[in-house]
Amino acid sequence: MSNNLIVEREKRLIELERRISELRESSSAQALDMSSEIGALEQRYQQILHEFFGTLTPWEKVHMARHPNRPTSLDYISRFDRFDELHGDRHFRDDPSIVGGFAMLRGRPVMLMGQQRGRDTKENLRRNFGMPAPEGYRKATRLAKLAARLRLPIVTFVDTKGADPGITSEEHAQSEAIAVCLQAFSRAPVPIVTTVIGEGGSGGALALAIADHVMMLEHSTYSVASPEGCAAILWSDSGKAEEAAARLKLTAHDLQRFGIADEILPEPLGGAHRNAQDIVTRTLDAVDAALQRLTVLSSEMLLEQRYRKYRRLGEWQAESLEPARTAR
Amino acid sequence: MPRPEWLPARRAREPEAGDAAMWSKCQKCGEVLYQRDLAANLFVCSRCGYHFRMHAYDRIDAIADNGEFTEIGGDVLPQDPLGWTDKRTYPAKLSADRERSGISESVVCGLASIGGHRVALAIMDFHFRGGTMGQVTGERITLLLEEARRQRLPCIIFSASGGARMEEGMLALMQMAKTTAAVSRFMDEENFFVVVLTDPTSGGVSASFAFQADVIVAESKAMIGFAGRRVIEQTIRQRLPDQFQTAEFLLEKGAIDMVVDRRNLKETLVRLLEYAAHE
Repeated sequence: MSNNLIVEREKRLIELERRISELRESSSAQALDMSSEIGALEQRYQQILHEFFGTLTPWEKVHMARHPNRPTSLDYISRFDRFDELHGDRHFRDDPSIVGGFAMLRGRPVMLMGQQRGRDTKENLRRNFGMPAPEGYRKATRLAKLAARLRLPIVTFVDTKGADPGITSEEHAQSEAIAVCLQAFSRAPVPIVTTVIGEGGSGGALALAIADHVMMLEHSTYSVASPEGCAAILWSDSGKAEEAAARLKLTAHDLQRFGIADEILPEPLGGAHRNAQDIVTRTLDAVDAALQRLTVLSSEMLLEQRYRKYRRLGEWQAESLEPARTAR
Repeated sequence: MPRPEWLPARRAREPEAGDAAMWSKCQKCGEVLYQRDLAANLFVCSRCGYHFRMHAYDRIDAIADNGEFTEIGGDVLPQDPLGWTDKRTYPAKLSADRERSGISESVVCGLASIGGHRVALAIMDFHFRGGTMGQVTGERITLLLEEARRQRLPCIIFSASGGARMEEGMLALMQMAKTTAAVSRFMDEENFFVVVLTDPTSGGVSASFAFQADVIVAESKAMIGFAGRRVIEQTIRQRLPDQFQTAEFLLEKGAIDMVVDRRNLKETLVRLLEYAAHE
């Protein structure tokens, strides 16, 4: 029994898929015409697919963003022309929950970084479920500074529940590591393009997401706190997670409305993992297009635009009921 | 320099308060302290040295020369961008906190002098929404840093925060990015930035401007961390030692510059400001 809503629904579809292929096999083996039965089942399959995934609630999107088969950062990274991984924070260790290094995208050299979760238990233990430690953020800071010096655009993929909340992370000053990483991204005089591909969990996600162009996959989420954590604190009841998910306004469309996400990348019916090849291609196309637009700007212009972009968020006209910022 | 409008109003209300308001019990040692003595001792327990959480206006009185302070961004007031409701509506929480704390947001910002040195000063107050950072918190701090940069003043921020404010969703989280941008611009020029971490400082505030300062001071025994104690305990399923995430613990781990008793804090800040004030 999976605790992922989407996985549970897919089990019903898998059952139907199995019956359809069985029917196909037996119809060809016995040379019987079962096309009407098969057609009916296929129609039923499409109907359920739409019922399940046609429109997703925020809570369903939370589960979609956490789907075990959803493409992870390395699925995107592996489709760059090439990638040369760089390791370590130069002080203590290499954190495998952030992957980073030099890469080529359509012939353009870039600095590439992403939060990496695992698909199975073993990989998740190694990657700490995609929750970076201070060493991961210090590696990201180092790479962002290197990119700034070499004038390489920075491309990041965001996919984390949040920064690691463990004892060692606190001892190694998690707050400082994130704070300094935010500064490195804020200051880098090169184009930064970020794509939220799964879960964008709070400050631990934002550390790699101060960018000139922020994209979100249609069913990815990005939120100030996990719905479970928010429900536990504000309702004193983690059972209210579904309601919290709706109230937190964490979907790609919500964030586009707030001016936090600049572009939404549509996913196939049923989610990115149903056609990973295609979503990765389209994402890299969109990254490339954004870089083409941004690389023509001078570094002064980039920094000024980036400052204004974040400066505007939450800018209120004194004593008025409406924000000065108008939704884009 | 004019005092903030709320200060005389607040002061006038105090003598009317009943007997209960005259006494405070120390959370640490249980000592019952006469309110006026406690205030005179900067809200430090005279018996055990426990530092009570301070209201913003008491802090200004304790730090600014003659308590004089010119507020910046006081007219920027919180709204309800998400139309938030949990057990209560967000506007209801805001007005209750305004009433309880006497301030209109979790931070009060302005210009003041400390030991004769002009500074930009931000004071966060845990009594307002647990000091959480919402849009107005971020906006006021950004306005202050921009003014400090214009006037080339040192900036001192007193932090006290449970992190980003959930009731404002991602717009609250983005204040980490916004304040970071303002801090970075401020620090890219020859300006001096000091943060005083007070009890408690965590989450989105500790992971943004609080740990970006040139010098990080913490008040004695303040709880400081990224993740909340409860979150960590739930994750590791064991109780944490009492010392964990205290100012003294962070000093030992090399995360902060100094731990200071509140009664010596103003003197410490003046000494620090003298290093940045030389010609």
